[in-house]
Amino acid sequence: MYGWTGNMLRVNLSSGSVTREPTEPELAKLYIGGRGLGSRIFSDEVDPMVDPLSPENKLILATGPFTGTYAPSAGRFMAITKGPLTGTIACSNSGGTFGPELKYAGYDVVIIEGKAQKPVYLWINDDRVEIRDAGHIWGKNTQDTTDTIRAETDEEAKVSCIGPAGEKLVLFACIMNEMHRTAGRSGVGAVMGSKNLKAVAVVGSGMVKAADPAGFKAAVLKARKKIQAHPVGGQGLKAYGTDILVNILNEIGALPTRNYRDAYFPTADKVGGESLSARNLVRPKGCFSCIISCGRVTKVSAQRFEGYGEGPEYETAWAFGPDCGIDNLDAVTKANYLCNELGMDTITMGATIACAMDLFENGILTAKDTGGIALNFGAVETMVEMVRKTGIREGFGDQLALGSYRLAESFGHPEYSMTVKKQEMPAYDPRGVQGIGLNYATNNRGGDHVRGYTIAVEVLGNPSKMDPHVTEGKAALDILFQNLTAALDSSGACLFSTFGLGADELAEMLSALTGVPFPVDEFMEAGERVWNLERLWNLKAGFTARDDTLPERLLKDPIITGPSKGSVNRLGDMLPEYYKLRGWDKNGVPEDGKLKELSLNGS
Amino acid sequence: MKKVLMIHADKCTGCRNCELACSFSHEGAFQPRHSSVHAYTWEREGISVPMMCQHCDDAPCVSVCPTGAMHVSEADGRVEWDQGLCILCKMCTIACPFGNAVYDASNKRIIKCDMCKGDPECALFCPNGALVYSDDTLAVRNRKKAFAAKFAAAFKEVS
Repeated sequence: MYGWTGNMLRVNLSSGSVTREPTEPELAKLYIGGRGLGSRIFSDEVDPMVDPLSPENKLILATGPFTGTYAPSAGRFMAITKGPLTGTIACSNSGGTFGPELKYAGYDVVIIEGKAQKPVYLWINDDRVEIRDAGHIWGKNTQDTTDTIRAETDEEAKVSCIGPAGEKLVLFACIMNEMHRTAGRSGVGAVMGSKNLKAVAVVGSGMVKAADPAGFKAAVLKARKKIQAHPVGGQGLKAYGTDILVNILNEIGALPTRNYRDAYFPTADKVGGESLSARNLVRPKGCFSCIISCGRVTKVSAQRFEGYGEGPEYETAWAFGPDCGIDNLDAVTKANYLCNELGMDTITMGATIACAMDLFENGILTAKDTGGIALNFGAVETMVEMVRKTGIREGFGDQLALGSYRLAESFGHPEYSMTVKKQEMPAYDPRGVQGIGLNYATNNRGGDHVRGYTIAVEVLGNPSKMDPHVTEGKAALDILFQNLTAALDSSGACLFSTFGLGADELAEMLSALTGVPFPVDEFMEAGERVWNLERLWNLKAGFTARDDTLPERLLKDPIITGPSKGSVNRLGDMLPEYYKLRGWDKNGVPEDGKLKELSLNGS
Repeated sequence: MKKVLMIHADKCTGCRNCELACSFSHEGAFQPRHSSVHAYTWEREGISVPMMCQHCDDAPCVSVCPTGAMHVSEADGRVEWDQGLCILCKMCTIACPFGNAVYDASNKRIIKCDMCKGDPECALFCPNGALVYSDDTLAVRNRKKAFAAKFAAAFKEVS
């Protein structure tokens, strides 16, 4: 096969067996790879009612056909599993160089099953695959883990691992690769921890081939030009990182503030990308094959929060910043470093602390519950300390480790949790941007922005602009973005490549690379197929249309200050149309005709 | 005019597009290990440095080569490797002070930059201006201005 390696690796940690299987060309055509192919395999093999932290859950690491090639900004891999935070099918996406190395080792997909009796790590060196003891690295942070494993295997090994948070089953633990890149959301790191799997290390000497080398090169050069000519993809992201969005969202009154109590933060600029570039940025960094380089190598010199690492991204700056009522960039950056070292999702971590602060300020949570800590909005040192405590589940951190929904519920007030399907929403207030609210509500992995980033159109005007405050046309917009992103995630491309590229360019590169014709409509249909497959799995896991909603605060409490003052989200105006356009019945269940059209009947 | 491939390590983001372009153009497939340029990254520090043959004027790899396999091209001064003359003694890999000649045991060959015979793919695919192929003039070779610009920026800030 071209693009795909044609092989998958299956590792059973309970029995210690390691087997190889072919990548089925028919499935590869229907699901492309990555998120799509991985979800198809997962859906075929795992009971939706499984306990996410039991040995019966599986963890699938899947690359796309682009992964390992020079398709621009397209070196990604995905971790697919049942997410312990949400209970939905979870697919978490990461850049860096781990995915490409898996391809060079010869694998499109790695399927990890069962549970090891004691801590282990997986060492993949082409077709030599070993399950090695990890007793001596259990408890180490992600950076020390990476160094130790490299010293024991190959100094150029690419290492994906969990930190103490994953080991201790923090429900939003992530999988970190190359120290600073992360499959961040939905708690995929806790699944790794539940399997006693500390890390996967890989080196590969094989090649990724192209069916039409000259055609692929031409398509890639064309695509690169489009990204480089784009104001966001070509300039904005490299100069300021994703954190450029802080001021943009604040200026339209859609920057969630103090646990979504408001959507405007007067001093937001202090944690924005311009401030980051002026204050803490050392240099931009790119993932494998990336021509955008949004990564931020940063340094904090201020004594209280001294450190060196990567970040923050926009979502992180928001979660530890305005969402907690904080405008201290050094503290935000330090909280980011701690999350990377301990292995936690920065969005859920920050938003959970914000929820705890909200509960505290309203007297629901008291100093007695927190071990004497005053958890007020704006408490800078306390915020950073809470991150550390959560990562090792110390004191009140043990409760924060469950995420905001379970925390607020345990104190009798789940409505304080700003989550959808128990996953924290990111940094775009659906009261100020209507369409993103519909995306949060219908997203297959709960509150999340990277599965239907309508912000591109509603706020940034890419590729065209729609008014963020209207609901008309947003159902169709959401569906288009959800399908496109599902196809893109399956190809191995980064979401940011859409700052310049559309389905046309992606499909053209994919066809030349794989030799399998992907007309644009079939590429988009693959995305729709993936979306519906995930939906079917979630329905079988017990989710219903009632779960396709937003926290009451966003539907009933208007924004208090700023440019979007007075707005609520009008989800009810959009959701019925969304179901209809999706070909789903009024209960959000895909109709037989739609399933047949997508070759999903019987799934 | 003679051309030169300039390396600006301070602009490298570690994306490794150069490695991909090199291997794809020479091997017809993607495998960074087979590339003759490498961008090494130190992850804790977030630093990346591209390394490739400098095509030395007085090249140690050429001096130690007993067969003339490693030689200076008369046409344009590139240091070239001729597989037909090579006895794989590997002396060039020892002599290069930068490690830019590498012995590939599985394919019985020396991997070293051939500047794509005068049209280097790595420079074409570098998105950051860390590898730039341009006319070999004093102005192009002059790195002073880039450093001076840093002072200029600092002066601008305080003035």
